[in-house]
Amino acid sequence: MNPGPTLSALSPAAQELILAAVKVALIIPALQGVFSLMTWIERRVLAFMQFRLGPNRTGPFGLLQPIADGIKLFFKEELMPAAANKWAFLAAPVLAVTTSFLAVAVLPFGPPFKLPQTLWVLDRFWPDWLRGRDFQFQIATIDVGLLFIFAITALGVYGVVLAGWAANNKFSMLGALRSSAQMFSYEIALGLSFVGVIMISGSFQIGDIVAAQAGGFWNWYCIKQFPAFIVYFIAAAAEVARTPFDLPEGETELVAGFHTEYSSMRFALIQMAEYINMITVSVLATNLFLGGWHSGIPGVPSEGLLGFVFWGGKVAFLLFVFIWLRGTLPRFRYDQLMHFGWKTLIPVAAVWIMITATGVTLWGW
Amino acid sequence: MDQALFYAAAALAVVGALVVIGQKNPIYSAFALIVTLCSLSVIFGLLGSPFIAALQVIVYAGAIMVLFLFVLMLLNVKREEDVPGHGGRAMAGVAVVLVALLAGQAGYVLWNTTLAPAPAFDASTRRMSEILFSPHFLYVFEATSILILAALVGAVALAKKDA
Repeated sequence: MNPGPTLSALSPAAQELILAAVKVALIIPALQGVFSLMTWIERRVLAFMQFRLGPNRTGPFGLLQPIADGIKLFFKEELMPAAANKWAFLAAPVLAVTTSFLAVAVLPFGPPFKLPQTLWVLDRFWPDWLRGRDFQFQIATIDVGLLFIFAITALGVYGVVLAGWAANNKFSMLGALRSSAQMFSYEIALGLSFVGVIMISGSFQIGDIVAAQAGGFWNWYCIKQFPAFIVYFIAAAAEVARTPFDLPEGETELVAGFHTEYSSMRFALIQMAEYINMITVSVLATNLFLGGWHSGIPGVPSEGLLGFVFWGGKVAFLLFVFIWLRGTLPRFRYDQLMHFGWKTLIPVAAVWIMITATGVTLWGW
Repeated sequence: MDQALFYAAAALAVVGALVVIGQKNPIYSAFALIVTLCSLSVIFGLLGSPFIAALQVIVYAGAIMVLFLFVLMLLNVKREEDVPGHGGRAMAGVAVVLVALLAGQAGYVLWNTTLAPAPAFDASTRRMSEILFSPHFLYVFEATSILILAALVGAVALAKKDA
C-alpha cells in the first residue's frame, strides 16, 4: 500500500509543486494537440463553407494533415534577413509563445473533482497524499487570476512588435505597427468588459466567477451581462486578430504583416502562439460568461465527467464560432476598425459598467 | 525559495535599469525598462500583493511602454546621436561626484539600519480597496482620479487642434 517513507513524507509545499508540474506536463501538450487539430478543423470547416473539400488526403478524413504540415515546416530552411537584428529576430517568436502559454496558467480547465481513492491494479504506485485529494486542471490558483491574464495579454503585444521591428522590412514594420495599435486599442474594451462580471461576482478569481454562475442558465453572465459579453467577444476576436479583425495579416496590403520574414519552425511558433491565444480567449469566455462547467439546466448535474463534457462543448462551440466568422465576414478597413474600437466599443462598455454599478449598489444584482 | 526569487528579481531589475541608461539604441533601452518593470512586479508579488503586481505589469509594462515603443518605431529612431557641445569632461566630473554622493548615502542608510524581516501585513485586493476608499484616503484618491482625467482630456484637446 505505502510507496515508501520518502514519498509519503513529502511536505505540503513539495506536494503542491509536484501537482503543479504534473498539471503543466498534461495541459501544455494537450493544448499543443488542440492547436494542431484546430489547424485541420479550421481548414476543413472553411472549405465546407465554401463548397470545397479541404485537406482530406492524409490519413482518415485528412486527420494526419497537421503532422504532414509539421514535418514540412520542420524541413524548411530557416531564413533570416541579412539586415535583421539577430537577437531580437530570434527572441520574438519565443516571446510570443511564452506569453501565450503563461496566460493559460490561471485558467481552470474543467470542473474540480476528487482524485480516486484507489487505482486497483496500479494501487501500489498511488501515494497516500493523492487519495481523495481535491484536484482541478488549473495550474495556479491566484487571488487576481483575471488581472494576471490581462497583464500577460498586455505583454503579448511585445512579441508582435519585436518580430516586426527586428526583421527590418517595411511590410513587417507596418504590420507590427498595425497589430500593436489594434491590440492595445481593443485591450481597453476587453478589460472594461470584465469589470461588470467582477462587480457582480465580487472576485477576480476565475473559479469563484464560475461558481457564482451555478443554477440555471439564466444565472450565466452572458445573459445577466449581455452587453459585456458582446463587447468581450468582439474585443477578443480583435485581440487575437481573427477575421473580421485580421488586418495585421491583410495579405493584399502587407504580405503577411509582422511575420513576413519568418519561415520554418519560427513561423510555426508564431502560428502556435496565435492559436493558443484563440483557445485562451475561448476558455476565458466559457468560464466568465457561459457558466463554465455548469450544465445550466436545474437538475442536470455538472460534476465530474459530465462537467468536462459541458465545459469542453462550450469551448469547442466558441472555437467553431471563430472559424464560422472567418468563413462569413469580410475584413474591416483600418480606419473603420479604429473608429469602431474607440467610438463604439469602449463607450458601450463604459456605460454598461455604470449601469452594472448602479444595479449592484441599489438593487443588489 | 522566496528569498532566492527576491534576489533574482532584484538583480534583474538593477541590471535592466543599468542597460536602460548604459547603451545607445533606444529600442533596447525600452525593452530593458520593460524587464525592470516586470522584475519590480515580481517583488510586489513576493511582498504579498498580487494586485499591485498585476497593476504594475498592466499599467507600466503593458500600456505605457507599448506607447513608448510605438513612438520609437514610428519615428524609426536608430541610434542616439552624439550631442555636441555639452562639455563632456565637466559633465563626467559632475557625474562622478553625484555617484559618490549617492553611494555614500546608500552606505549610510545600510550602515544605520538593522535588517529585519518585513512585518506581516494584509495586502490583499479586498484590504487594498478598503484602505483606498476609507475616509482617510478617499479624497486623495478621487483628487488623483480627477487629475488623471484632466490630463486625459487635455491630451485629447491638444491632439485635436491639428486635425
